[in-house]
Amino acid sequence: MLYAILCYNEEDAVFSWTQDQEAKVMADLTQVQDKLVAQNRLGPVARLLPTTAATTLRKGGEQLVIDGPFAETKEQLLGFYVVDCADLEGALAVARDLAAANPGPGSYEIRPLLLFHPNAALAASAVAGVAAS
Amino acid sequence: MSDLAWIQGAMASARPQAIGALLRYFRDLDTAEEAFQDACLRALKNWPANGPPRDPTAWLIMVGRNAALDGVRKRARNTALPPEEQISDLADVEAPMAERLDGDHYRDDVLRLLFICCHPDLPPTQQIALALRIVSGLSVKQIARAFLVGEAAMEQRITRAKARIARADVAFEAPGPVERSERLAAVAAMIYLVFTEGYSAAGGEARGQFSDEAIRLGRLLLRLFTNEPEIMGLTALMLLQHARTPARFDAAGEVVLLDDQDRSLWNGKMIAEGLALIDKAIRHRRRGPYQVQAAIAALHARAATPADTDWAQIDLLYAALELMQPSPVVTLNRAVAVSKARGPAEALAMIAPLEDRLAGYFHFYGVKGGLLMQLGREAEARTAFDQAIARANSAPEAAHIRMHLDRLMKDGERSA
Repeated sequence: MLYAILCYNEEDAVFSWTQDQEAKVMADLTQVQDKLVAQNRLGPVARLLPTTAATTLRKGGEQLVIDGPFAETKEQLLGFYVVDCADLEGALAVARDLAAANPGPGSYEIRPLLLFHPNAALAASAVAGVAAS
Repeated sequence: MSDLAWIQGAMASARPQAIGALLRYFRDLDTAEEAFQDACLRALKNWPANGPPRDPTAWLIMVGRNAALDGVRKRARNTALPPEEQISDLADVEAPMAERLDGDHYRDDVLRLLFICCHPDLPPTQQIALALRIVSGLSVKQIARAFLVGEAAMEQRITRAKARIARADVAFEAPGPVERSERLAAVAAMIYLVFTEGYSAAGGEARGQFSDEAIRLGRLLLRLFTNEPEIMGLTALMLLQHARTPARFDAAGEVVLLDDQDRSLWNGKMIAEGLALIDKAIRHRRRGPYQVQAAIAALHARAATPADTDWAQIDLLYAALELMQPSPVVTLNRAVAVSKARGPAEALAMIAPLEDRLAGYFHFYGVKGGLLMQLGREAEARTAFDQAIARANSAPEAAHIRMHLDRLMKDGERSA
């Protein structure tokens, strides 16, 4: 089974870390990640920019672009994509394509990434595993 | 993280909203501050024992309000306070309170709190001191140290500023759209003042922390007023400038100019956030001075080396800024971009008409000297640099110009 581990914390605090604090936390986390990579158990790792950098596309009926993060409490996080786009317009275009393919209610919150490790080795083996099961 | 660190963090992030709401109830800054203080003391006692509340901000507002009301009653009737459990027992009221907090006046509370700090009668340093004291919660001691004055003097300044505000007519009802956007503009200017006060501090100076506070306030406004492109621009501008801080001073504390900075020291996290915010702002197609300045800072941030800088684009952005905010200082900055994009002669012609208005300005003569030097007019360059040194505001500024003069002298000796 593949699991996603979603990280929650206060963004104001995290984005006020000094560069030393930042380096320390990242080094400690990298140790855990490296172990998992060696076992070929780690998939993509991403770090998001704060919610102030987010833009949300509301779909279902008339599409609406809203500045800021997804704010509805009656809907839950069900999945995510990582796409490479020239700018926010490009990311919105992808989100609109997804909305056209799945026009029901819901939202796409678009959040730029600060950091991304694809860890592609697992991707290859694990996708085969999921498909087989 | 320890309980105490968590509680202190929660109280710090609740502060602007909580004091803003308490100010709306009591319409008096001192009462609001005391009520918040009181609520924080109770939180320190109550939260470790009972566990943290679901919504710490709502808890602090309610407890602060109850405590202040009890204080008023106590003074009126001189009766004993009810037992602690009654004041802090919020199990029932927390949920509806939290819902009410989500509404619009929550945003307007914070905006009002920031807005009263930028009263036009208050000189900029007092606006900054007041915002840092009331909104950010820095201690008088911290602020005094940053401004290099005694604690008592700073206390007095803040008290006077508060008295000035108390006499002012602050509208407590929710502002209309026009008034709201006027308040936002004034508050944005004040936040940028806080930022530049910190940014102008040399490395290691206590004022440096003001820049971080200003960025925090920018993010707070962004969260409350999500679709204001100028607030995105302001926050982006501060982030992109602040990102360079680790490279702006050398080990001896001397200023390192943009061209000479070690760009690997720039804070990539802040640059990424700043660029993302500009990207968001552009979608609104409502240009403003903060966005344009942020776009200029972004072009510097994107250049891997000084030679990669897109000076032609920076020239165009300064031209746009000149139209929005005509000022000789903007033209002077544009001239630097022009000198790189189209050569020093054109730039020199551009700044010539500014001399009358910038006669007291250090940077004017620094730029003029630099352009004359590039054109090989060394005697005139030397005169301009001497004029710059006479107008320098700090030792590093003067030292920097002296370096140019030394270089001129050496060149002069070599050609002699």
